[in-house]
Amino acid sequence: MKKKLPLFALFLFFFSLLLFCHSSLAFESDELLVDDEEFGLEGGSKPQIKPHEPAPTRSTTTTTRRKVSDQDSDSKIQFSLEHAFGDSDFVPAGTFSARLKTSSHGGQTLTKLRFSRNAFTGEDKEKFEKLLQDDDFYRIRLPSNTVSPPGRDYIISSVKARCLPREGLDEHFVIHMEGVNILAVNYGAFGACSYPRQLKLPHKWSFNSHTVLKNSEQAPRAPIFAEEVLGENGEGEIIPPPERSFWAKYWMYLIPLGLIVINAVTQAMNMPEEGVQGGGQTQQSAAAIQRGTGSAVRRR
Amino acid sequence: MAIRFIILTLLFLSSCTIPSLSLYEDQVGLMDWHQQYIGKVKHAVFHTQKTGRKRVVVSTEENVIASLDLRHGEIFWRHVLGINDVVDGIDIALGKYVITLSSDGSTLRAWNLPDGQMVWESFLRGSKHSKPLLLVPTNLKVDKDSLILVSSKGCLHAVSSIDGEILWTRDFAAESVEVQQVIQLDESDQIYVVGYAGSSQFHAYQINAMNGELLNHETAAFSGGFVGDVALVSSDTLVTLDTTRSILVTVSFKNRKIAFQETHLSNLGEDSSGMVEILPSSLTGMFTVKINNYKLFIRLTSEDKLEVVHKVDHETVVSDALVFSEGKEAFAVVEHGGSKVDITVKPGQDWNNNLVQESIEMDHQRGLVHKVFINNYLRTDRSHGFRALIVMEDHSLLLVQQGKIVWNREDALASIIDVTTSELPVEKEGVSVAKVEHSLFEWLKGHMLKLKGTLMLASPEDVAAIQAIRLKSSEKSKMTRDHNGFRKLLIVLTKARKIFALHSGDGRVVWSLLLHKSEACDSPTELNLYQWQTPHHHAMDENPSVLVVGRCGVSSKAPAILSFVDTYTGKELNSFDLVHSAVQVMPLPFTDSTEQRLHLLVDDDRRIHLYPKTSEAISIFQQEFSNIYWYSVEADNGIIKGHAVKSKCAGEVLDDFCFETRVLWSIIFPMESEKIIAAVSRKQNEVVHTQAKVTSEQDVMYKYISKNLLFVATVAPKASGHIGSADPDEAWLVVYLIDTITGRILHRMTHHGAQGPVHAVLSENWVVYHYFNLRAHRYEMSVTEIYDQSRAENKDVLKLVLGKHNLTAPVSSYSRPEITTKSQTYFFTHSVKAVAVTSTAKGITSKQLLIGTIGDQVLALDKRFLDPRRSINPTQAEKEEGIIPLADSLPIIPQSYVTHSLKVEGLRGILTVPAKLESTTLVFAYGVDLFYTRLAPSRTYDSLTEDFSYALLLLTIVALVAAIFVTWVLSEKKELREKWR
Repeated sequence: MKKKLPLFALFLFFFSLLLFCHSSLAFESDELLVDDEEFGLEGGSKPQIKPHEPAPTRSTTTTTRRKVSDQDSDSKIQFSLEHAFGDSDFVPAGTFSARLKTSSHGGQTLTKLRFSRNAFTGEDKEKFEKLLQDDDFYRIRLPSNTVSPPGRDYIISSVKARCLPREGLDEHFVIHMEGVNILAVNYGAFGACSYPRQLKLPHKWSFNSHTVLKNSEQAPRAPIFAEEVLGENGEGEIIPPPERSFWAKYWMYLIPLGLIVINAVTQAMNMPEEGVQGGGQTQQSAAAIQRGTGSAVRRR
Repeated sequence: MAIRFIILTLLFLSSCTIPSLSLYEDQVGLMDWHQQYIGKVKHAVFHTQKTGRKRVVVSTEENVIASLDLRHGEIFWRHVLGINDVVDGIDIALGKYVITLSSDGSTLRAWNLPDGQMVWESFLRGSKHSKPLLLVPTNLKVDKDSLILVSSKGCLHAVSSIDGEILWTRDFAAESVEVQQVIQLDESDQIYVVGYAGSSQFHAYQINAMNGELLNHETAAFSGGFVGDVALVSSDTLVTLDTTRSILVTVSFKNRKIAFQETHLSNLGEDSSGMVEILPSSLTGMFTVKINNYKLFIRLTSEDKLEVVHKVDHETVVSDALVFSEGKEAFAVVEHGGSKVDITVKPGQDWNNNLVQESIEMDHQRGLVHKVFINNYLRTDRSHGFRALIVMEDHSLLLVQQGKIVWNREDALASIIDVTTSELPVEKEGVSVAKVEHSLFEWLKGHMLKLKGTLMLASPEDVAAIQAIRLKSSEKSKMTRDHNGFRKLLIVLTKARKIFALHSGDGRVVWSLLLHKSEACDSPTELNLYQWQTPHHHAMDENPSVLVVGRCGVSSKAPAILSFVDTYTGKELNSFDLVHSAVQVMPLPFTDSTEQRLHLLVDDDRRIHLYPKTSEAISIFQQEFSNIYWYSVEADNGIIKGHAVKSKCAGEVLDDFCFETRVLWSIIFPMESEKIIAAVSRKQNEVVHTQAKVTSEQDVMYKYISKNLLFVATVAPKASGHIGSADPDEAWLVVYLIDTITGRILHRMTHHGAQGPVHAVLSENWVVYHYFNLRAHRYEMSVTEIYDQSRAENKDVLKLVLGKHNLTAPVSSYSRPEITTKSQTYFFTHSVKAVAVTSTAKGITSKQLLIGTIGDQVLALDKRFLDPRRSINPTQAEKEEGIIPLADSLPIIPQSYVTHSLKVEGLRGILTVPAKLESTTLVFAYGVDLFYTRLAPSRTYDSLTEDFSYALLLLTIVALVAAIFVTWVLSEKKELREKWR
């Protein structure tokens, strides 16, 4: 029996795999599974069944999937997404379904989150267009507790409607979880939403949904060093006040000194030059002397 | 851009060496000042044992015990007890110990009177809460010891005053008796303990104080029941109120018998409707009853009848009885009369006789008299004189003697709630001739004096005069704006509802203002200060003003009060009692044509109200209508919500300045696993110099700089108590960085085994927070830096030159951010009371964290120690960049204490203000004490240091000029000689 169970599970798994592949081929995979770390698929080896491309949602429900999960031992839950146009009341807009995994120490987590959106009705379309015209908010909400909705209250998130239209309507959910509680949902455009926002109507009135489930990260620990390192780098570390460099201390003396030296050097340079000149032109000078004496004589 | 990078790299290179922050000993007090306060006095005990050392011991509402000099009001010694260690009573035992009872009657301490050293400390245990009472009888002596009787927590303890040993304990809680009074019978070692069981059973115990033996126990029931305080009229009679608060009950327990006697307040000729309460006092044969707005002095006559002696308004204050010479008693009555205060000292029991009657002029900014304590002394003519210690409404403490205020202390400054700064007026051009002449003469005189001083001819008076001139003319205490922006006015709001303007140069009080109390509001509380008008550019003629937001009452739903105060003159310009409350006040980044800042007030219905209420303001607001978002943190519910403005208020009264809001986003923390303990946002006026950070590999990282970041820390509810109350396994700390426009969680991280309290500071693109790690049994500090990846491609210089970059594109919160975060954690030795970060005018200077340590000091820690990119072996390039090798703990360098040897007792907050000089920041730390200094985190690279020798520079220049002349003359001569040849 013990051996049979994993075998059975394996069989089931492959069966589901087959079904899934088949279904995805059949009607062009309908939703994106942005896998977080939490998305580890149970059951032995990790199969490559991720949809190769984030495919656009065509707002249909994945019946095949549900069947598979129904057979699974983990419980499956659903909670609904509700939306509001501007300040209108919230109405259901889609369904999230996920698998509730109970870990050995009692903690419950959600995995394998899928989302199916209801198609926009004509009325919705009109309302949305109005939002686009007014540059108003498109608001969504989710229950704060997925097991017993709505929990304490609804989690609200909103976006300027003009951020969503692209080819179709691109939306991006980041759902922050804490166990079975939803802490926050970040709802917005898939990419950038530049300011000022331009009025742009989508070509297709269908949603391209991307969902990410996020749990808290672990903080890095403080580095722990061995004792001897502690002794060196620990509190006892005394960083000597930086000795001011010689230049910093005495620049005001050095500059004039330098000037004087330069002055002196140029003087000195001039002197020998004169000397050389004098040497080369002794005759001239002699002549000058002669001239000088001559003049002196003349003066006399 | 490239040039900027080069400059930055140069800056980094130049800051590679760790700047020393320490001062030299003779630099202390040059640019810092420190002031010591004690807070509003609750109890005072005089000690005049030796005439040479007259002092008064006081305990205050800031939990301070201090010994003050009676002559000058200076502090001899002072102890600041913890926040939860509230002083219940003080007294003096054995003539040399100050006894204090604190912490709801559970801690008894003795301090040595001359120097304030703690002598002993005892902890008194008990099961139930009861009124803490301290009694130090003078005559209960055993050898050299004397007893101290303490009634607290349902028990009566007798404690030895020599070593604090508990001699005996008697539990009254077991008999469910709540002790109301402990009475010492005259000249015997017996005491009475009286109390109630329930509300109607009266118990009187007679106990031998020496051994705690119960001598007698009487009990009697009173059908009316008791309520409120008791007033002891004589050693065996007390007066209290019945539950209807209309009948005075006199209880006498003479001769082992309890007798009740009822007196209707209406029988005394008084209207007893309204709030009636007995005020605690210790007058013999007399007590005070407060009815609505007036006070009644009622005397117990010898026939055990009550009669009204005097009726005064509620502003009148009476002191306790003072025993002087041979059992004579006296008490003081202080009454207000216009701008004057009348102090009368009356002998006990005789209302119509006055021992002393004085009238003193009182500044109306001090408000009403709240408390008075009297003390006697022997005059030169051997008669008795009295002095009074008066506590005013503004928390100031005055000593009055011979009709004069001998000294006063502005102790409101011990309870600062909020601080802001204001620029000083600009120096006026053009000075009158008379002033010049006057100043010329002064100038000459000053120089003569200085000359004398340098020639060692000055007499001591001259030396003092030189000092005074130096102080007066010193740049730092001028009342005008300076070039470097060092001189500022610190506007502080205190719990006493008094606003002070302190000069940043020397800390003196420039003006003070007790906020006007309107008739509509009985007990206003002040909350915050905001800069209302800071004129620059245009509107230079206007004076700057601050907005004070308060509320009428304690609850957050109470209507708000706004006051506008001129910061130059200290006058209250205007004051409004609003109809709505103010849960949150948001200064907007817009100002009108008179430089008045637009403010939004959020009331408890989540409506926002725009101020100032002008049409100009509304037109500015309308333009930015769709771009105004705000958030609210409901810490008790664990909910954070984001809001936007929706429409004008729909109400019966049309209000153009009121707007409805709507919720845009919400974050709900599960109650069972997370509890908000800290929420910190960036300072609104913080300046960031550059978004780019050049790394050692000539790479650029772009800081994610958003004004709308919010740091939130949550802990496990189990671990929200004090440290050690939870196991490491059930404690965790989760930190979040949230964009407050969209509610997007940008960063979320869990520290397992960690718990609060969390102190955090958010600046530029980083957050630093301090918490306790239960696993490591140490405090830790973590840093998280957040970088923008969407701009990371802008590295190509060619691209930058051609303008193919997105650096100038407006940033929208609605775009999906591409960010990365880096974190690192370090151990930190101290627990922390406050954290702040230095801020400079243009944000170029490197930052320092200012950490208020548990020792009430401020430590400056370079931000570079908290860099997540630190590694154990940094490469040469990284070292050049200024990355310090990784260590597990943050260094505490003794020289980097900003407060050097001083302590800012009871430290609560640190404020940093940029000076105009980029390298410098002004730091103001406040608690019970105040401390102010100037900091230069990267040293003053943009100005010459104080020790720069200008004389030498001048000398060099002169020498050079002389040399030029000499050489010129020489060369001329030489040339001449040449020519003569």
